[in-house]
Amino acid sequence: MTRYGLLFENLKRKQEGAFVPFVMLGDPGIEQSFEIICTLIDAGADALELGFPFSDPIADGPTIQKSALRALKHNTTPDQCFEIIAKVRARYSEIPIGLLLYSNLVMKRGLAEFYQAAHMSGVDSVLLADVPFRESEPFREQAKKNKIDHILIAAPNADEKALANIASSATGYIYMLGRAGVTGAENQADCDLSNTLGELLQKKATPSLIGFGISRPEQIKNYLLAGAAGVIAGSATVNIIEKHETNAEVMHRELALFCQAMKAATKL
Amino acid sequence: MDTSLPPKFGQFGGMFVPELLIPALDQLEQAFIEAQQDPAFIKEFNELLTEYAGRPTPLTKTRNIVSNPLVTLYLKREDLLHGGAHKTNQVLGQVLLAKRMNKTEIIAETGAGQHGTATALACALLGLKARIYMGAEDVKRQEPNVFRMRLMGAEVIPVNAGSGTLKDAVNEALRDWSATYETTHYLLGTAAGPHPFPTIVREFHRMIGEETRVQIMKKEQRLPDAIIACVGGGSNAIGMFADFIDEPSVALIGVEPAGKGIETNQHGAAIGKGSKGILHGAYSYIMQDRNGQIEESYSISAGLDYPAVGPQHAHLHDIGRASYVSITDAEALDAFQKLARLEGIIPALESSHALAHALKMAEAATKETVLVVNLSGRGDKDIQHVQQFIGKGLMP
Ligand SMILES: Cc1ncc(COP(=O)(O)O)c(C=O)c1O
Repeated sequence: MTRYGLLFENLKRKQEGAFVPFVMLGDPGIEQSFEIICTLIDAGADALELGFPFSDPIADGPTIQKSALRALKHNTTPDQCFEIIAKVRARYSEIPIGLLLYSNLVMKRGLAEFYQAAHMSGVDSVLLADVPFRESEPFREQAKKNKIDHILIAAPNADEKALANIASSATGYIYMLGRAGVTGAENQADCDLSNTLGELLQKKATPSLIGFGISRPEQIKNYLLAGAAGVIAGSATVNIIEKHETNAEVMHRELALFCQAMKAATKL
Repeated sequence: MDTSLPPKFGQFGGMFVPELLIPALDQLEQAFIEAQQDPAFIKEFNELLTEYAGRPTPLTKTRNIVSNPLVTLYLKREDLLHGGAHKTNQVLGQVLLAKRMNKTEIIAETGAGQHGTATALACALLGLKARIYMGAEDVKRQEPNVFRMRLMGAEVIPVNAGSGTLKDAVNEALRDWSATYETTHYLLGTAAGPHPFPTIVREFHRMIGEETRVQIMKKEQRLPDAIIACVGGGSNAIGMFADFIDEPSVALIGVEPAGKGIETNQHGAAIGKGSKGILHGAYSYIMQDRNGQIEESYSISAGLDYPAVGPQHAHLHDIGRASYVSITDAEALDAFQKLARLEGIIPALESSHALAHALKMAEAATKETVLVVNLSGRGDKDIQHVQQFIGKGLMP
């Protein structure tokens, strides 16, 4: 069974949802990323979403854009990102690790080589923010060859056909958008996802995690009750890093507190 | 098949956008297909083009600028179109499409401010609200166009993210659209971006080439030997090329900006010096570093200052149907002044790139040759900028 499979089974038994923080690799520095990730895991993160910085992140709001710029300021490269992931994997053998990035970083390296490198470093899933289902075939093929789950997005405006595609093709988890727009903690998730979640559950689709606009513990319970398997918080996590960029001690303490509070809210 | 029209040109193009935008792009494709078959739509578009924008534009035979007696050089006068550039053609088409889809607002990106100006005028005329993203750097560089857009009621939003230029304005427009697609149409300004934009923009500009064909046949009783157009994202060039792609005797030449020199890292030659990759929704030639980060382009002409190119140009290049060359800032400035001095026409700096290459071809010609340059816009917007560059040191 995959790490995601084990995690979801485990959480189900404990009647818990998953809390999955996102951080950008290389923000504020590549070595700090390793320590930040360790703090998040030690504070209860069930899985990780890790970004590779890209110059033109069209699906991201100001918080994650700035995070990518900070990472690119000291030329964070995909090679460095894979090294950090390998280090995390060496210390934590069970936690599922997902990548969230833009397609050109994959194209430039070459699909086969990218997914091999991802597999070698211990990555479990890859989500490409600018690759919709209809463009996903070559990526899914390479992902599969390298035992990596290609993560599909369920958008609030997904129609019947889109949901059917997702239900039949998704592996790992489904990234369900809590609202339209781009990433950011400024605008809360506001879509009623119960129908979509219900439909996917009925179709026996792989579990769904809710992302976009999740920043507070109070938001979590309703999604879990509606059938979500957990939540992803990106901008809220990155905001803490930005705010305490120059004070590592406070940053780590705040990250741990945030992670613990979110994790606590996933226990039904 | 997910789309009704082909989403790719050979290996190039596609729809590399967040899943959220796919329904909006599909809706746009359907609206476009239906509009193309609706006589009422075609009639309204054509009326706007003739009675509001001033089509057909003339094809002017130059009198003095070419000294080689073997060569005849014509200029397709998109500079005379309302708004001052070819941009107005496709903007009118897309605003009509937006109305057809019951959208009440328009988002657009702009670099030099030409596409923003065209969008502002069409929205003023047809009663939609326009929200125009413009890099903060460009807002400073193109002050008069910012004022022009605001005069016509458009909201101009400076974009500070990234490098504060055109590519960042496109990013911001796409972000806005992913939250507002239900009420808002994204009016992309060039023949780039995700399907169906490259196809729609080409079809709404193809009268440039169609008129040219009729006009040149009347004058010369034959097709031209070559057609030359500048390439930013590629809209004026593809509008000019489209009707000649199946005429193998007509050479199609796209001119990219070589900036301070194609060997320097300060240029905008995506085909000439870039490599294949994905930017703004399409697989095409782009300027990128070894890790796939997008590089900043540079050109004296803001309208050509873009690190990618429309996917159909990438395809025409790969199959060898069109050739892509480049012209430096200095060569473009030289052509800019020559056209003013010798023909009494002040061209846009963008169009000056095409002209500069045509003048090189004219000089080199050893047999009778007919050339057509797409003079995509007029140079009023560039006067201050050019003055800074050449100061009082005008050409003799
Ligand atoms: C006069 C003029 N020509 C050409 C261009 C370049 O765009 P495209 O390559 O889409 O024709 C611009 C863009 O602003 C322009 O204003």
